Amino acid sequence: MRYILKWIALLFIPAFCSYALAADTINLGVAGAHSGDLASYGLPSVKAAELVVNDINAKGGVLGKKVIIWAEDDACKPELATNTATRLVSKGVHVVMGHICSGATKAALGIYKDMNIVTMSPSATNPDLTQNGNYPNFYRTIASDDAQARLEVDFALNKLKVKRIAVIHDKGDYGKGLAEFAKKFIEQSKKAQVVLYEGITPGAVDYSAVIRKIKRSKAGAVIFGGYHPEASKLVSGMRKKRMDTIFISDDGVKDDTFIKVAKKYAEGVYATGPKDVSQNPMTIKATKDHQKKYGKDPGAFFLNAYSATLALLNAIQKSGSIEYESIRMALQNEYVETPLGKIRFDKNGDAEGVGFSMYQVKNGTYVEIKE
Amino acid sequence: MMTENFTDTVLYFIELLLGGLTRGSIYALIALGYTMVYGIIELINFAHGEIYMLGAFTALIVSGIMTMYGYAGMSVFFTAMLVAALYSSAYGYTIEKIAYKPLRNAPRLSPLISAIGMSIFLQNYVMLAQTSDFMPFPSLIPDFECLSWIDYMIGGPELVILITTVIVMICLTFLIKYTRIGKAMRATAQDKKMAMLVGIDINRMISATFVIGSTLAAIAGVLIATHIGQINFYIGFIAGIKAFTAAVLGGIGSIPGAVLGGLVLGLTESFATGYVSSDYEDVFAFALLVLILIIRPSGLIGRNEMQKV
Repeated sequence: MRYILKWIALLFIPAFCSYALAADTINLGVAGAHSGDLASYGLPSVKAAELVVNDINAKGGVLGKKVIIWAEDDACKPELATNTATRLVSKGVHVVMGHICSGATKAALGIYKDMNIVTMSPSATNPDLTQNGNYPNFYRTIASDDAQARLEVDFALNKLKVKRIAVIHDKGDYGKGLAEFAKKFIEQSKKAQVVLYEGITPGAVDYSAVIRKIKRSKAGAVIFGGYHPEASKLVSGMRKKRMDTIFISDDGVKDDTFIKVAKKYAEGVYATGPKDVSQNPMTIKATKDHQKKYGKDPGAFFLNAYSATLALLNAIQKSGSIEYESIRMALQNEYVETPLGKIRFDKNGDAEGVGFSMYQVKNGTYVEIKE
Repeated sequence: MMTENFTDTVLYFIELLLGGLTRGSIYALIALGYTMVYGIIELINFAHGEIYMLGAFTALIVSGIMTMYGYAGMSVFFTAMLVAALYSSAYGYTIEKIAYKPLRNAPRLSPLISAIGMSIFLQNYVMLAQTSDFMPFPSLIPDFECLSWIDYMIGGPELVILITTVIVMICLTFLIKYTRIGKAMRATAQDKKMAMLVGIDINRMISATFVIGSTLAAIAGVLIATHIGQINFYIGFIAGIKAFTAAVLGGIGSIPGAVLGGLVLGLTESFATGYVSSDYEDVFAFALLVLILIIRPSGLIGRNEMQKV
């Protein structure tokens, strides 16, 4: 029944659209989890949109028109997300900032694509969304899941020039996912060899057998996908066996606890982590505005959502129209200043210059390695 | 070329063997606690892994204080281990009095549930009192200079673990076999009523069993913590499960069985990782357990007793 209703609703969309277009506003859809147990991921994006839109409206709006926010909830559920998308379309939104979860985003994207609506997610990290090329209307201001693995592998191959790499993971979703990407990228590059690919059990008494295996594989570097407790056991074990194998890991290891636990053995370890944007004046302003208006620090993906809203509205302003193609062109060609830095989007829809940096432990702290 | 490859293979084998023995020794030390308690009151003391964890935490605190006062090296190690053993055995003693003694004549499942409850209580108690985060544990055992020529094979801490385990085993065997208290413990394990009739205070014997088991677990906790350098409130769980497996593998209730079971389990894991893949470490360990239990239901050197769980 609901299915049929949805199609009936779709039939009515053009009528609503023309009504909305006639109105003299720019309609920004904000979709994501605004209720349910993942609401803490979605609500900050609504607040970010409100802050940006207030600022822009105070300065005279976009193309001389006021911007209006239409917020719709999808509770991060793919089956609800299609309804959410349909509702937004029926309200005549010109662009959508959302959705939050990858699954919900994927479900909703088809509807936006058919209606030629540019959609930009602050938080959907599934690599496929941009890379499979099915959704030319999709953009995002967050790096995809494989970005860390990509950075780790590029760093190992091009900067450190390692020829033999051992890929180790902790069998978890996060760690194994990254390790699989890393392995794939190394094999694709053909510049190095994956000499060992193994999963270790988190919490095991010790990892001496795996460490001996790494040593035997004569790997120049270890790429580890997982979290810091296992990483510190591996690194200290390796250093105690006098192995100077380079250790490269991820966001789960770029944590001060790692240095606290591994102590002197942490020295020289590489780990990827989100780019440090805390010193960006726009970040400072956005955070301050949020504290002033809502009385607390912003939540998850706030800066990504803030940047996405800015990028979308900027693209409409720069292109001078609300036409799908011209907004896309503007997103790909015009730089925009955001809390995440000066960004524009590549032809897949990923933000250039957003994402991860390589850090290295030097004298007991993580230091960002500048290009 | 041929010989070089051959030496390599042999060295690799020895490295895995030593790694497996080290890990197996730790399992064996904990497994002894399980097996002794089972032998005497036929209870699986699930809180035993937590005693091991408490030992490690006590040693962390003691060594922290001693380092603050400027002590260093092996003196810290021995003091920390002594205090940890005392403190943990006090815990073992108290746990038995609070959680198991009142249930001694209750149905078999009751003390089992009580044991699981105790384990959860202790974990959460340490989590709240300390932190849920991993804490760094100082390397109390130095890398001995005289070992530097083979330290790629066996480091100071590993050697100390092996030697300590051997010494502890010898002491334990002596205690059980040749002392009055050992004799009384064996008598209690064989037949509680008869032991009582000949004038043995079986409550004291049961307490003594818990105290000895807890001391061994604390020693294992301190040894492994200083070897791998980090602890948190959860380390007792996996170590406890593995040690329990080792105890069953060797034949629960049998003291040499626990040692053998621990070593076999440690070696299996080490060789499975070394020659197959660490993904299959646990698969091999538990497949071995199943296999041995099919062929020998009472474990490698277990006694055949029908009424066990």
